[in-house]
Amino acid sequence: MSFLPKSPWLVHYDASSCNGCDIEVLACLTPIYDVERFGVLNIGNPKHADIFVVTGSVNEQNKTVVKNIYDQMAEPKVVVAVGACASSGGIFRECYNVSGGVDTVIPVDVYVPGCAARPEAIIDGVVQGLGVLEAKYQEKGKAAS
Amino acid sequence: MNIATTVLAILIYLIAAPLVGGLLAGVDRIISARMQGRYGPPLLQPFYDVLKLWQKENILVNRQQKVYVLSFFVFVLVAGGIMFGGGDLLLAVFALTLAGVFLVIAAYSTFSPYAHIGAEREMLQMVAYEPMVILTTVGMYMTTKSFSSFDIVQEESLLFLRLPFIFLGFLFILTIKFRKSPFDISMSHHAHQEIVRGLTTEFSGRDLALIEVAHWYENVFLLGLVYLFFAAVPAVAVTVTLATYFLEVFIDNNNARLKWQHALGSAWLVTLVLGVSNVILLAFR
Ligand code: SF4
Repeated sequence: MSFLPKSPWLVHYDASSCNGCDIEVLACLTPIYDVERFGVLNIGNPKHADIFVVTGSVNEQNKTVVKNIYDQMAEPKVVVAVGACASSGGIFRECYNVSGGVDTVIPVDVYVPGCAARPEAIIDGVVQGLGVLEAKYQEKGKAAS
Repeated sequence: MNIATTVLAILIYLIAAPLVGGLLAGVDRIISARMQGRYGPPLLQPFYDVLKLWQKENILVNRQQKVYVLSFFVFVLVAGGIMFGGGDLLLAVFALTLAGVFLVIAAYSTFSPYAHIGAEREMLQMVAYEPMVILTTVGMYMTTKSFSSFDIVQEESLLFLRLPFIFLGFLFILTIKFRKSPFDISMSHHAHQEIVRGLTTEFSGRDLALIEVAHWYENVFLLGLVYLFFAAVPAVAVTVTLATYFLEVFIDNNNARLKWQHALGSAWLVTLVLGVSNVILLAFR
């Protein structure tokens, strides 16, 4: 057993979101939802984070930024794509500068649907991410032994 | 104090301090959450955090960073060991300063711009609080004629009565040492500081866990110093020590971060007015 699911720290990045999903991510921290109840912290530093929460579709400008943040995170790590845009490109999909969902740049573990994704859905997505985190930790242990 | 009790006292400190420090950190987070109208994390959350960090990958920027972080950890323990083992208070305070220097070097060694700014601010913070810490030990020496914490703890009268201003000054710089707002300028417990995480930006995994546990040891050490002011009446001492901690949490939640110029200026002003005046009063008694 690992302690990863007991203390998930997030880093949140706004790719090219319309800010709708970002507001909902921040809403999770407010007194109504208070995700710190589950030990979740919005840590703001990729090196400290376990879960990478991306909102919005990825465009040509920030492809490298998304990749960079992902590479800086310590293993085991999980990516949660929040909202229709992050999952597939959403309404921005056809734009000339948009390369699509987050999974066109980095591997995504959990997709949260919705436009904007509701806070309940985001929390649910993060909780599903915890399962993936634990599985990755077990796998790492097997690979090492 | 014979050798056996000294060793026992140090052992108890080494084992109990992180437990007490971690629990206090948990209480801190719950109280902070309640002050913000939230429910807050479980009491044991700080322990979960540290255990999780221990299981994470440790990304090293360079090899020497491990040495510096470990030195920071060890010297915080040495400082606490000296004080709780009944040793020389001045030496303990200097050991704690040395530990702080190692943390600054560790941050510098990572070459990250955020860690650099954090390290620079940490040095300014050290410049800000160090005079008051020294004056505290000097004040204790002037009242008890001994630097040994063992002698000070056995003093019959309340130290606080003769060191009231030094106590207030010490409370002031304690906010800096605890890394609480308005003085959490080099590294914050809360996310989204303008310098990311300041000092610890580049540390992950076990290094970060060590820094966190060292911080718990450090907090217990500082609360130990608060205890000494009231050591003559243990019940009062424990109450005041805990009240001090909650006061710091309260201050933390009610203040925005200051600029370093204000932190340095106000800390020195307080040291000069409260600390020095108290020492002068003692000298002319
Ligand atoms: S999914 Fe909707 S709300 Fe979220 S970023 Fe895209 S357009 Fe905005």
